[in-house]
Amino acid sequence: MPVSKLVGAKIKRREDPKLLCGLGQYVDDVKLPGMCHVALVRSPYAHAKITKIDAEAARRHPGVVAVVTGAEVKDEIGTLPVSGGNETLRVPRHYVLAVDKVCYAGEGVAAVVAEDLYTARDAADLIQVEYEPLPVVSDPEKALAPGAPVIHPEWPDNVAFRSDLKHGNLARAFRDADTVVKQRLVHQRLAPIAIEPRGVVARYLAAEKELTVWSSTQIPHMLKGHLSQMLKLPEDQVRVIAPEVGGGFGSKLNVYAEEGLLAYLALKLNRPVKWIEARRENIRATIHGRGQVGEVEAAVKNDGTILGLQYKVIADIGAYHQLFTPAIPPFTGLMLSGCYKIPAISIEVTGVFTNKMATDAYRGAGRPEATYVIERIVDRVARELGLDPVKVRKKNFPAPKEFPFKTATGVTYDSGNYERTLNRALALAGYNKLRADQKRLRSRARYLGIGISTYVEICAMGPGMWEYGKVEVEPGGRVRVLSGASPHGQGQRTSFAQIVADELGVALDDVTVTHGDTAVVPKGIGTFGSRATAVGGIAVYQAAEKVKEKARAIASHLLEVDPDDLVFAGGKFTVKGVPKKGLTIQQIAERAQDKKNLPPGMKPGLAADVTFEPSNYTFPFGAHVCVVEVEPQTGKITINKYVAVDDCGKVINPLLVDGQLQGGIVQGLGQALHEEVIYDEDGQLRTGSLMEYALPRASGLPRLQLARTETPSPVNPLGIKGVGEAGTIGSTPAIVNAVIDALAPFGVTHIDMPLTAEKIWRACRQAKATAQAQR
Amino acid sequence: MIPAPFDYLAPETLDEAVRALAENGERAKLLAGGHSLLPMMKLRLVNPAVLIDLRRVPGLRGVRERGGKLVIGALTTHCELESSELALQKCPLLCQTARAIGDVQVRNCGTIGGSLSHADPAADWPAAILALGGELALKGPAGERSLAAAEFFLGPMATAAEPAEIMTEIRVPVFSGRCGSAYLKVPQPASGFAIVGIAVWLRLGRNNRCEDIGIGVTGLAAKPFRAAAVEKSLRGSSLSPKLIEESAASVANGIDPLEDLHASAEFRAHLARVYAARAIAKAARSASQRR
Repeated sequence: MPVSKLVGAKIKRREDPKLLCGLGQYVDDVKLPGMCHVALVRSPYAHAKITKIDAEAARRHPGVVAVVTGAEVKDEIGTLPVSGGNETLRVPRHYVLAVDKVCYAGEGVAAVVAEDLYTARDAADLIQVEYEPLPVVSDPEKALAPGAPVIHPEWPDNVAFRSDLKHGNLARAFRDADTVVKQRLVHQRLAPIAIEPRGVVARYLAAEKELTVWSSTQIPHMLKGHLSQMLKLPEDQVRVIAPEVGGGFGSKLNVYAEEGLLAYLALKLNRPVKWIEARRENIRATIHGRGQVGEVEAAVKNDGTILGLQYKVIADIGAYHQLFTPAIPPFTGLMLSGCYKIPAISIEVTGVFTNKMATDAYRGAGRPEATYVIERIVDRVARELGLDPVKVRKKNFPAPKEFPFKTATGVTYDSGNYERTLNRALALAGYNKLRADQKRLRSRARYLGIGISTYVEICAMGPGMWEYGKVEVEPGGRVRVLSGASPHGQGQRTSFAQIVADELGVALDDVTVTHGDTAVVPKGIGTFGSRATAVGGIAVYQAAEKVKEKARAIASHLLEVDPDDLVFAGGKFTVKGVPKKGLTIQQIAERAQDKKNLPPGMKPGLAADVTFEPSNYTFPFGAHVCVVEVEPQTGKITINKYVAVDDCGKVINPLLVDGQLQGGIVQGLGQALHEEVIYDEDGQLRTGSLMEYALPRASGLPRLQLARTETPSPVNPLGIKGVGEAGTIGSTPAIVNAVIDALAPFGVTHIDMPLTAEKIWRACRQAKATAQAQR
Repeated sequence: MIPAPFDYLAPETLDEAVRALAENGERAKLLAGGHSLLPMMKLRLVNPAVLIDLRRVPGLRGVRERGGKLVIGALTTHCELESSELALQKCPLLCQTARAIGDVQVRNCGTIGGSLSHADPAADWPAAILALGGELALKGPAGERSLAAAEFFLGPMATAAEPAEIMTEIRVPVFSGRCGSAYLKVPQPASGFAIVGIAVWLRLGRNNRCEDIGIGVTGLAAKPFRAAAVEKSLRGSSLSPKLIEESAASVANGIDPLEDLHASAEFRAHLARVYAARAIAKAARSASQRR
């Protein structure tokens, strides 16, 4: 990268004026002539046979165009796809509408198509479905017990897959240990709650043989491929458009029943159809995140050295797999070593079917679980051994000179300096003073807690997954960038323009970035796994480099000098020593349209495209420090201070990075303190609306103090690591560690998330009672 | 989130509204701010055949002083109460309570009369109006009557208003002397409704002797109530921290506390005791700072 002006600068998001003025076009803004509306009938039962569906009254209802049931469409639409997983994977047939039986509350049973949404919704109430309830199992541990209700008769043990990872001599580690510290940890289910729920519009132009699907998705190109398979249409007849997408957090990294169903209905009825998810549907029929319960054991020496780690975890899959369901829990295993040198690690994952919505990728997708496990157990170790948690962490960090660092789980951390971020965070937080304050306040029955989390995560998915980028300098001088990434709030219309404008030496305003339409961008993978910039941004950068090289060749031809005698600066090629003799890249683009201006054999135009596939993942890292005060009498938690020092490699736009971290930290806080998708024993969703499912609010938050170190990644030419999920991964354990630290005088060593007021009150009361009993 | 079909009426006078309500009876629902009713309709939990919109009826909005009382129009929004100078001077508990309701959007639309009539057992207003010993004016086909707040709440979403009665005014006493008040609540983390909400109004005499006190409790039980036993043990006594704590400890006595996802009955009762003591102490502090 040459000396730059724009890369690294705080450029305000170019996306925002439009969005803030309400001019963004989301799926629900797509209005087509003759468009029908779809409403779904969803199962109220978590597990039941469907004995009868009487849709006659609905079909007769004025304004109803069609009613379809699972049995009617099962041979017309392929089952939902699953990616990832190993040879143990069991894949139940997952139809777009349930056939014969339902396996979770909220599963689609029938769909009504009507002239307007009101009619569709009214007619849905007219459909009579008779169910024969079956025994329900909603708890993954109970689902594994002998005699548990069986969800898919082919697999009476309810096991969806197993995935084991072992490295190093674990037996020796535990033999050599001075102490073994154990902890059971629950990673509760979370609902992603993107501010824009899902939505689909589908239209079929019979004459053109073109199916167009507008979907609020993170992966338009992948969706196009899957829809083509599900509907048995050639790929060139399917176009997917992701218009403005109001957040995804992984929940839209998927192929959903409604996408296949709407595409089918458009084809079958030859009319455009629309379905927009209501928030209640969003909580019950969009994937959930997390949902793991595990036991971790650490073998440690008295000085805090971790010799070995064992983690046995049950992953709550839900009733069916969604697109990446089986790929998420193994990710936890991969990152279990955290920021530490742990010679022996063993992970056993058991995926279990339950009568619930599927779990899948949710911001962090496996890494928040890994980080929570390792960061909680490190704190438990420190407490057990009477050591400062900072000391235990530093004791086990690999030194900067040990990078690239290979973990026992088999991944190679690209670059890092963990002690530097931690020291920086401790200095910003005033750690030593905080510990003194804590001691002083405890003597006055006030309970301050200081929580630390040092995390490393895995980003830039990855080897085996490329991304596409194209850069074209148009004859008029405008620069058009196409990306196969599909940002949905991350701001790459700004950051990609920064990269390209710098590389080509043009003004930022001359660059436009387009993504999200498979008819415009020929190929792509999508935005997830913090990959858009670290993979898609590199593709765009390399395409710009190729454009520049072609421009150099044309300039050399037109100016009749050797290419090496040209100097490129400020968007202009000039002849060395003759600064007045030169051509701007935009002038070159204009001339490049005409073959006679080009060297022999060169194709006209000034454009290049690239698919970039990284050689390794990237491993962003950081240190978070959270300071809380806890009131044992009421369980109230006040966050006094939050410091985060993150290292996401080279930063393109600090505003975007800060925004990702702020949002991410708060989302992680949601898991630590508030959020939990709760199903009861009958598989009924108890947290089915935002009146019950608690999200964090701005009013309950402190000012987040953000700082950075910059350790470039060696795996891509810009040194970018990715930052979309870092905040969420780092923050959850920092907050939980802080609360548990505050409650240390009560002898509390762990409370499962979310740390609600009542749990804290009970833990303190229990500890008091125990202490009194012992007296 | 599509409600079932309904007819919409927008009467221009109170009499017209009463008539419409009388004609449609149980089939009708009154629309004030709509912040409880409309979500329930969208979820089809409530499916009125007729919606009678009161917002065009004149004279139902605003805060006035009349006959030694503060008179609040039933359609006065939470926001108007929160920022009412008159309320702040004469009865600050109204401002303190309004401030604790929902968020800015909710306070801009939701109304005090709508909230009281809806009678959600976790709503904020009932605690304050009970503490103040407020009166509710109800207008029906037979004319107007007024009812003490303590007689108004019968249970969850159930009130003593007749099916054809419309709440028109809320009347509360005007503060004078060394009065203080406080509203403290533990909000349910998702909805912001009260897991427990305690409203306290009190007047101090010499030596911080409590001359009069009203304590309203919301969220704890199936209906909001006045903590009469706690009031009684404090009335006429000098408010020491010890007495406050001992008295507050009985706030949940004889009450069957609610239990839900967010708080068990035991924890609710505990919170009520802790927050009752805090609210009383806070009200006493603010009273003692007055001349």
